Amino acid sequence: MAWLGSIIPLDHLGHYIHWHIVLISVSNLIVICLMVVTFIAALFAPFPGRSRRKESK
Amino acid sequence: MSTTEIDRQWTTRLRKRVAGKLPPEKLLPDTQPAYVASWIYVFGVTTLAALSIVIATGCILAIRGPEWWHGSYIGHFVNSLHLWSVEIFFFAMIVHLWGKFFMGAWRGGRTMTWMTGCVTFFASILAGFTGYVSQTNFDSQWISTQAKDGINATGGGAYFNVLNLGQMLMWHIVLLPIAAIALTAIHVILVRIKGVVPPYAEDSEIAQ
Amino acid sequence: MSKKAFRPDVDAPEWKGGHAPYDIIKEGTIAIVVVGLLTIILATFFGSPDEHAVTVRTWSNADPVDFAQTAISELNGTSTTASYGAPYNTAGDGQQLGPLKLAKWVGVRIPVNTVNDFIIKPLKSLPNEPTLDQNLATWTSASSAQQTTWVNNYSKAASKLTFSNGHVVVPSTNAGPVPVMIDDLTQMARSGALDQALVTGGGYYATDYTKPLLFLADSGYLANLADKQHLTGSQWGMMNETGQYPGQAWLWLYTFWYQVAPFNTSANADVQVWGLMMVLSVGLLLLPLIPGLRAIPRKVKVYRIIWREHYRS
Repeated sequence: MAWLGSIIPLDHLGHYIHWHIVLISVSNLIVICLMVVTFIAALFAPFPGRSRRKESK
Repeated sequence: MSTTEIDRQWTTRLRKRVAGKLPPEKLLPDTQPAYVASWIYVFGVTTLAALSIVIATGCILAIRGPEWWHGSYIGHFVNSLHLWSVEIFFFAMIVHLWGKFFMGAWRGGRTMTWMTGCVTFFASILAGFTGYVSQTNFDSQWISTQAKDGINATGGGAYFNVLNLGQMLMWHIVLLPIAAIALTAIHVILVRIKGVVPPYAEDSEIAQ
Repeated sequence: MSKKAFRPDVDAPEWKGGHAPYDIIKEGTIAIVVVGLLTIILATFFGSPDEHAVTVRTWSNADPVDFAQTAISELNGTSTTASYGAPYNTAGDGQQLGPLKLAKWVGVRIPVNTVNDFIIKPLKSLPNEPTLDQNLATWTSASSAQQTTWVNNYSKAASKLTFSNGHVVVPSTNAGPVPVMIDDLTQMARSGALDQALVTGGGYYATDYTKPLLFLADSGYLANLADKQHLTGSQWGMMNETGQYPGQAWLWLYTFWYQVAPFNTSANADVQVWGLMMVLSVGLLLLPLIPGLRAIPRKVKVYRIIWREHYRS
């Protein structure tokens, strides 16, 4: 059942980025960047069903 | 009983009020206004989906108790599912919040929709916090001994004792899930009643 | 009757356009499947952290001198818990937010007396210890001035404590029964019996870990472990998780204030940051009612990207 454990163990001490007063873990930075990228992608990505919406007008 | 008497009953009046505000076609609509055409709209339902998985995995953890996951591979996996569904929940909720802010989604009588969303956000943070201190490991020890200072400083620590595992666990698995589910339900019902906020008017439209 | 003026940040124009088919149940089902799969993938690849809890036993075995030094600080009233104030005791006033002494006004609701709860009662629970019993009797029958003299003398020697042959050794000093009490408490801690005594002091079934956690937190041991994992306050620790796991990024603003003046040097930082975050949270909640703030989305015009199809038509 050991395969149910993590394939990429994250138990080792984390890496941190220190910039002026900001001290952030690489993991948190990745999550925040992903959120911003996801938000921007959601704004710009084309949404399906355009022809159905045109017909409805 | 006469018809007038039936009409005056609390049951009848409540049913008519609810049905008037939220008829089935509004509760489960089969169309949306044509301006609902952006991927930003999927983050509300994504948050709901993540919340369902948080609750489902939490229920599985509850079946075997708070210590189970430390000594069981399956238990640890379920704990991992619970952790990552929480991460996805907060991820989606905050992207949803950003989207709703830039849409000015409180407009047109939707102030309560915005406010219930905010309160749900705060309740979720509290639910996550009580979960962290219920893990029964080093994380719980550190987080609780640190957080106590903030909460104690407000006087709240006298009643909400973060070092009391029993209390924190019961807030996490009983009180806060009820609050989160109730607030989410009210929020979603308000969205259904009011509909999705229309786009900002062009200047030419306002002039009319 | 005059027409009410249209407020673009408060009112929404009535939608007179068309509606298009939209399957919300299908959307919801797809969301659950996608989020479910993503959760399974993340859990399978990354798992979740589970650093073992520290016990008084592991702490006192790893660093018996640190344990003994923490124990004497509980006796002499200088430990964080002993000098905390409300809700544990009246030793201090606690933090203030302007004129508001919130913690003090609420009072002592979780009484913790570090001398009795951490030292005397656990030692008294040990059976068949004639030497210890004699020393405890000497302690209990002494005046409080005499107790203070003993404790102060031991405290002065505390920086020179050593651990040898399973015992805490203190340089010769007039400390009465205190050296035996501290040494026996250290042995009790190293056996695991003190963990149990601190939790079950009030009864068999216990789920309240207030006392052992306060005792642990008074030492440098827990903080050293946390420091290695970047979990302390000055390390933005509130946002972080052990290992390389993502933590609580949504707490970024809460922990940010602790890094900047005046909070980073304030004795009342906790209540001040709490107060500030309450104000900001109420601001977020009441955003629809705040002119200026509620106009930002209309002025920034990100909405023109979201509704671009509508504006083109």
